[in-house]
Amino acid sequence: MTVEIKTIDFEPKRQTFGHVARRIGEGKPATRYQEAVLDVQATANFHYKPLWEPEYWAYDTAKTKVVMQDWYKPLDPRQYYYATYNISRANMNQSNERNFTFVEDKELLEKLPQATKDLLINRLVPVRHLHWGANMNMSEICQRGYGTAITSPCIFSAGDHLGMAQIIGRIGLELDGQTGDGLETAKDAWMNDASWQGIRKLIEDTLVLKDWFELFVAQALGVNAVIFDYIYNGQDEAFGAASLPISMLTEFVSDWSKDEVKWSDSVIKVVAAESVENKATVSAWAKQWIAAAQDALTPFAGADNAKAQADKAREKAKKLGLEI
Amino acid sequence: MAVKKMGLKQKYAHLTRGLDWETSYQKMDDVFPYDQFEGIKITDWSKWEDPFRLTMDSYWKFQAEKERKLYAVIDAFAQNNGQLNVSDARYINVLKLFLTGVSPLEYQAHRGFAFTGRHMRGVGPRIAAQMQSLDELRHFQTQAHTISHYNKFFDGIAEFQHMHDRVWYLSVPKSFFDDARASGPFEFMIAIGFAFEYVLTNLLFVPFMSGAAYNGDMSTVTFGFSAQSDESRHMTLGIEVIKFLLEQHPDNLPIVQKWVDKWFWRGFKVLGLVAMMMDYMLPKKVMSWKEAWEIYFTEAGGSLFTDLERYGLKVPKYADVATEMAEHISHQNWAVFYQYTHAAAFHTWTPDKEHLDWLSEKYPNTFDKYYRPRWEMWAKMDEEGKRFYNMALPQLCQTCQIPMAYTEPGDPTQISFRCTEWNGEMYHFCSDGCKDIFDDEPEKYAQSWLPVHQIFQGNCGGPTVPDVLNWYRLNAGADNMDYVGSPDEQIWNSWKGKAPAEAAE
Ligand SMILES: [Fe+2]
Ligand SMILES: [Fe+2]
Repeated sequence: MTVEIKTIDFEPKRQTFGHVARRIGEGKPATRYQEAVLDVQATANFHYKPLWEPEYWAYDTAKTKVVMQDWYKPLDPRQYYYATYNISRANMNQSNERNFTFVEDKELLEKLPQATKDLLINRLVPVRHLHWGANMNMSEICQRGYGTAITSPCIFSAGDHLGMAQIIGRIGLELDGQTGDGLETAKDAWMNDASWQGIRKLIEDTLVLKDWFELFVAQALGVNAVIFDYIYNGQDEAFGAASLPISMLTEFVSDWSKDEVKWSDSVIKVVAAESVENKATVSAWAKQWIAAAQDALTPFAGADNAKAQADKAREKAKKLGLEI
Repeated sequence: MAVKKMGLKQKYAHLTRGLDWETSYQKMDDVFPYDQFEGIKITDWSKWEDPFRLTMDSYWKFQAEKERKLYAVIDAFAQNNGQLNVSDARYINVLKLFLTGVSPLEYQAHRGFAFTGRHMRGVGPRIAAQMQSLDELRHFQTQAHTISHYNKFFDGIAEFQHMHDRVWYLSVPKSFFDDARASGPFEFMIAIGFAFEYVLTNLLFVPFMSGAAYNGDMSTVTFGFSAQSDESRHMTLGIEVIKFLLEQHPDNLPIVQKWVDKWFWRGFKVLGLVAMMMDYMLPKKVMSWKEAWEIYFTEAGGSLFTDLERYGLKVPKYADVATEMAEHISHQNWAVFYQYTHAAAFHTWTPDKEHLDWLSEKYPNTFDKYYRPRWEMWAKMDEEGKRFYNMALPQLCQTCQIPMAYTEPGDPTQISFRCTEWNGEMYHFCSDGCKDIFDDEPEKYAQSWLPVHQIFQGNCGGPTVPDVLNWYRLNAGADNMDYVGSPDEQIWNSWKGKAPAEAAE
């Protein structure tokens, strides 16, 4: 026997917005990601040239050398829009937070010998400044870039770097007994210690890049793939007994890194695959910035480690279709 | 052993401004190339007081919580066809105006705050601006998701993105934000952070959200509540910016005053659309525009500017003119849309008797004298089958881009015109406020993409009205014209089991 409830007929006239339907096909329901991102940035009929850069419109395809017939090709495989991004990060952070509680309760950092604490303050804690530089770069790509598909994940990434800088800052405070002295020492290392100067120069050199897609490549394949990867994953042996609590406290960073790479790899791959010219341009940038990152890492990690790390980035770049 | 543990404020400082460093491999001026040319002098960025101390982990946590709740409501609304509970389908036109006119500005704000969040030299304001950039992206996206459900049933919503960049009246909000985006980082912060978010937000955001609440639009009002805490953060940032600039150097005062004057006037002009929405488009009225102006500008703005007096800042120039105009703008704007209903992407109607009486009561000084007779005449013409349309393309103000339909201060029977000759050409304005803005930066405002000029120059699909509507992707016969007789009315009546004649009264 069936029970039939009488309802008013709600036949939709259309499934989604016109600009979305033109991309996914008429009559198809759109995802939240598609409605949040596709064709959102204005492309035409701008009123005034920016006072601060009158050679371009605020949104201008000419701000990078690479040319895309459609800047909504490099989509985000994670399909992040604001809600899903924040929920993902809140979840990642919740488990990182549990680790902080655990490490604090067991006094895993507090009980470390002073020499190990000093090592961490000098070899790990200064990386928060690198995250801050990365935050500036990702905000810059968000403001300068073209098309919401690529620019909206950039502000998410900027938020991630700020969050990670603050996680590292908290580790520093754990190490220095919540006085801030360790953070000062770490900053001094960042500013003056020979081992960090290559890295600081590298990030400063990216801060003045004007071509936003070059900046994207420099950040993803140079700064992320070479420097961050080594700092977080290449120092376990040196950190010794501290490496376990540190990897617990930086669980967010490793989750983030897998997540970010999924997106940034796919963006680079799609943009390079667009044309022979793009491939050549992106390859040249990748080559240049991986090499620069290798030089930057050398004083910190030694020539062999720096080369091995850079080669790993070169391999990755080749897998993305670049010629290195 | 006594440890010198730090307080929360100090801890926050370590986790934020402690991150920054003075670059030495590249010059600071190359890293921050845009924060000097406006002439603003900052002697000490460390004097910045963080208006709210939010670390990124707390940001994610709060915002994720709000998003979970909001999307649960949006989903339930769609599932239960919550659109049935709005006061009347005329209300949907408010959402059309909001999505085509305001939501794209949220997106622009997102990109603009990414710019200032990268390019102001101080870390404190940079982090606050980045968070606002994230928030504004949220506002755009949640608005699109909220109104998406209405789009499935009602016309005039689907092409909001395309229309925002093209349709004649939408160039008013678009040029407003393009103007802010084309300004330097400090002017942007004053324009959007202070003038828009602080001085005027209660006259934009609040009326739309209260309108939603009064008219049974549960999903939009839930968005409004959810965005409230974002907005209060934005307001504290806006007020902190202006105080900081004024405290930093006495030379900043005249620059900031000029921006406050300019952006007050620019904002006031955009708000004319809200005035019309409140007085004419909401089936269930919240309050009149004039009342809103008195509460939120005259009173609240008055005490704000009294507070800022100690910095030497004065009430914006022409605030008195705007206050006088509060008697008129909603009536004059709705009259423009009524006449040009064939070229608008939302429906119009003449106010019925009850509505006219409400307007008479709310505008005792002006409505019966100047506006009621006109509405009664137009309603009568409509009844006689001679509905009034204006087929001539209007002249637009070079600055605010509104058709020249506003009247002279002190004389509501006289259309207000101003003009300036610059570089061998004549430019036309609706008001002294708009003329002053042009005269101060003619190179900027001479560039305006004026929809009517563009039509005449053949850049909008062709010379005839149907050509232009086509180019707007405006579905003639569905998106435009009067509510009565529209497909919106039809679908609404079919749900409500009403015969069309009955709905038309
Ligand atoms: Fe907003
Ligand atoms: Fe004007």
